[in-house]
Amino acid sequence: MTGDAAAVAPRPSETLGPREPASAQGAPAPAPPPDGPSKRQRDGDEPVPCRGCLRRTWLVGALAGRIEHARRERGAQRIALLLALDDRALMEAVDAPDAVAAAYRRFDRDAALDAARRAGLDVVCRHDPRYPERLAGLPDAPAALHVAGGLERFERLTGEGAPGVAVVGARRASAYGLEVARGLGRGLAAAGVTVVSGMALGVDSAAHAGALEAGPTIAVLAGGADRPYPASKRRLHAAIRERGCVVSELGPGIGARRWCFPARNRIIAALAGVTVVVEAMARSGSLITAELARDLGRDVGAVPGPVTSPLSAGPNALLADGAHVIRGPEDALDLACGVGAWRRPGAERAAPEHLRALHAAVAAGAGSPEALARQGVPIAAALAGLAELELLGLVRRTAGGRYEATA
Amino acid sequence: MLARVTTFSIAGLDTRRVTVEVDIRPGLPAFVIVGLGDAAVREARERVRAALLNSGFEFPQRRIVANLAPAHLRKGGSGFDLAIACGILAASAQVPPTALARWAVFGELSLTGELRGCRGALAVAEAARRGGLDGLLVPRERAREAALVDGLEVAGVRGMHEVGRVLTEGEVPPLPEPPDDVAADDEEPDLADVRGHRVPIQALRIAAAGGHNVLLRGAPGSGKTMLARRVPSILPPLSRDEAIEVTRIQSLAGIYRGDGLARRRPFRAPHHSISASGLVGGGAWPLPGEATLAHHGVLFLDELSEFARPAIEALRQPLEEGRAVIIRGQQTAVFPTRFMLVAATNPCPCGFASEPQRCRCSQVDLQRHARRLSGPLLDRIDLVHTVERPSAAALAAPATVTSSAVRADVEAARERQLRRLAGTAARCNAQMDAALVRRHAWPDEAGQRLLAAAYARDHISARGHDRVLKVARTIADLEGSERVGADHVAQALSLRGADQPAEVLA
Repeated sequence: MTGDAAAVAPRPSETLGPREPASAQGAPAPAPPPDGPSKRQRDGDEPVPCRGCLRRTWLVGALAGRIEHARRERGAQRIALLLALDDRALMEAVDAPDAVAAAYRRFDRDAALDAARRAGLDVVCRHDPRYPERLAGLPDAPAALHVAGGLERFERLTGEGAPGVAVVGARRASAYGLEVARGLGRGLAAAGVTVVSGMALGVDSAAHAGALEAGPTIAVLAGGADRPYPASKRRLHAAIRERGCVVSELGPGIGARRWCFPARNRIIAALAGVTVVVEAMARSGSLITAELARDLGRDVGAVPGPVTSPLSAGPNALLADGAHVIRGPEDALDLACGVGAWRRPGAERAAPEHLRALHAAVAAGAGSPEALARQGVPIAAALAGLAELELLGLVRRTAGGRYEATA
Repeated sequence: MLARVTTFSIAGLDTRRVTVEVDIRPGLPAFVIVGLGDAAVREARERVRAALLNSGFEFPQRRIVANLAPAHLRKGGSGFDLAIACGILAASAQVPPTALARWAVFGELSLTGELRGCRGALAVAEAARRGGLDGLLVPRERAREAALVDGLEVAGVRGMHEVGRVLTEGEVPPLPEPPDDVAADDEEPDLADVRGHRVPIQALRIAAAGGHNVLLRGAPGSGKTMLARRVPSILPPLSRDEAIEVTRIQSLAGIYRGDGLARRRPFRAPHHSISASGLVGGGAWPLPGEATLAHHGVLFLDELSEFARPAIEALRQPLEEGRAVIIRGQQTAVFPTRFMLVAATNPCPCGFASEPQRCRCSQVDLQRHARRLSGPLLDRIDLVHTVERPSAAALAAPATVTSSAVRADVEAARERQLRRLAGTAARCNAQMDAALVRRHAWPDEAGQRLLAAAYARDHISARGHDRVLKVARTIADLEGSERVGADHVAQALSLRGADQPAEVLA
């Protein structure tokens, strides 16, 4: 699960990629490899989180706007190059305002920690033993992480013994995608697996919500961990803070720019041992996350879908390329923990005798009382039967008013 | 000399007795109208003068004062023309003043001396009879309308010269024939015109039987409007009292068709660009709105999500209380608004959510679209049904039902409700309050379990709970069952609105 950083070939993609191949891996255990970006060294006895890492985190946040400008002007490739630069070079490259340079010189570690604490966040930097091993393996690992939910919980959820599965997918998912994502979240969390995602609309949020029904989950945000994004997920954000962890590479209060999203996706892919794509359009961020995961040597799973649905084009393509088929939480668990690690809770739901034919008809596509009536079902029986099936959870009503059999 | 004439002014849906006093005395020729008349009343001076002269009467060159009493009430409109003219004739002895003791008058004059109709003749006739007058002089085109009132002699006159003959010689012209075009559109839309749509027809049957408000969802062209237009045909026929009310409203709105009491329940379908006052009433006088014009009938709101929010909000009181109260300075008008609401909407932005092959909307789109419908309005809609395009086979097949067959079921169910709810304020299941629901619509054990399960799974809210029971009660009534069973509850559940609380987290 910890990829060997040196073995990862840099690939051009819309993320922070290593500029120079990781080298000089021979440093002794406590000190980090003195590779690539920034002077993230720390003096032997300095307390963690160290000033250097905190300052780096702050700097990237302060220059977020400039970096976004650079992305727009000169393209995504530039971002990877930029973020690989050390602090001074970065400031020069984006033409940091004097105020920023001055604040950099005066950077106060304690003030920064206070700000984090006031926002309810803890900070863990690369030099902290609690920093996730899986992230440490990244060539451009985040200098520090701001965490809501407590570092003890964070360590428990990201440590060696805790399998993690990332569930990602489209924002404008279909009812099918949302249901599958929720089911995956629920099933994985119930088995003790940490579900990791980005709290975006659609699949991400459904996965988090499902997970919260049975256990904790980790949300990695593109902006500051204290700001719910999107704003409509305020309640979800609060619930995850309370029972899981919300994590960010940027400091409190920082608003997410576009370049922050791919950056965040690499953290999601790295934190988990397996990445599952539920639904995704043909060229979407979720597919890039899957690509990142593969680059890191992680397993990639995909949920198949109808070939007529553009939302399943992404996962189906991944499957064609060799990703593992994910039909439900058991398949994801097999990938994460080894085959047979999971036990299905509860018996298979079957329709009661008098509703079996109706259930079969709905499953076959007769999704409304009218369609059933056309097949000869008396209207009153169709209406009553659909209501009962819905109560039993065997069918669901979509927002468009049609009935679908549940998985 | 002083003369007095009785006429009436229209206030909302009521009339007020106005006595026009005309005083003529020597002095510099002048013609003054007092009594808080509006611009139309002030302009009556020109109309009356020209009308009298052009009809061969003399216009006294003296000091004429006409007072519209009581003087503290505002008066408006052109209906006072005739009264002022008659007052002048009486005060100048061109007609016997005593004649105006038994005749009330009401109408507008044109410069030629002809009379023109104004709205409200029926209400005025009712008021005239209540006020102890024997007869009413009205423009000829309103004569049949006024004649609907028993015990009043109606003289439908064409112009001032006829007025003179009536007042002087007592010669009353016969009533005009009913207009030709009324007979032609006797064809009320019938369910026999509908092909397919078996389930929506069932839903509308339930809605009509219990007086429930209903929302039809469906793609453009799926047949929602066609179905909505046929709802009046399956409602029980107007009772005599209801017919009189409807006719009076039509008379006051100026849309009376001129042939006896209204026979059909009104069907009003305002365009979604209508304003709040257009919908519930308002304006300076105030005038009744569409909700009142639909009283005892059906108000059809097509494209519900396109209606302006203020207009929809204005419907709350009418839906809740069955009346709209409009306050204008010193006047308060109370308009009755007991209608059945039928609303139609597209299920999603592209309109084809009910056809999975064609709909391109994501769940987010669907949810956002659903939020556009006003919460308070949806709260008062008991039934929601999705209408699908009929299959080709259904379109080719013969009709499945006729309106009269469905109406018979509806009437039988309504009978049961009237008997059960006698002595209460409710006249149908939809009007039951929480206490009545507990007493009359509580299901048997199996039904209770089903309902509790739905409530526990957050499929219905607390309000939705009672709504489902009301509909279940109606379904039981239609099946002739005094008991409300699980089957009835289940059917009602599948016809419920989408009032599920939004998913908690995701």
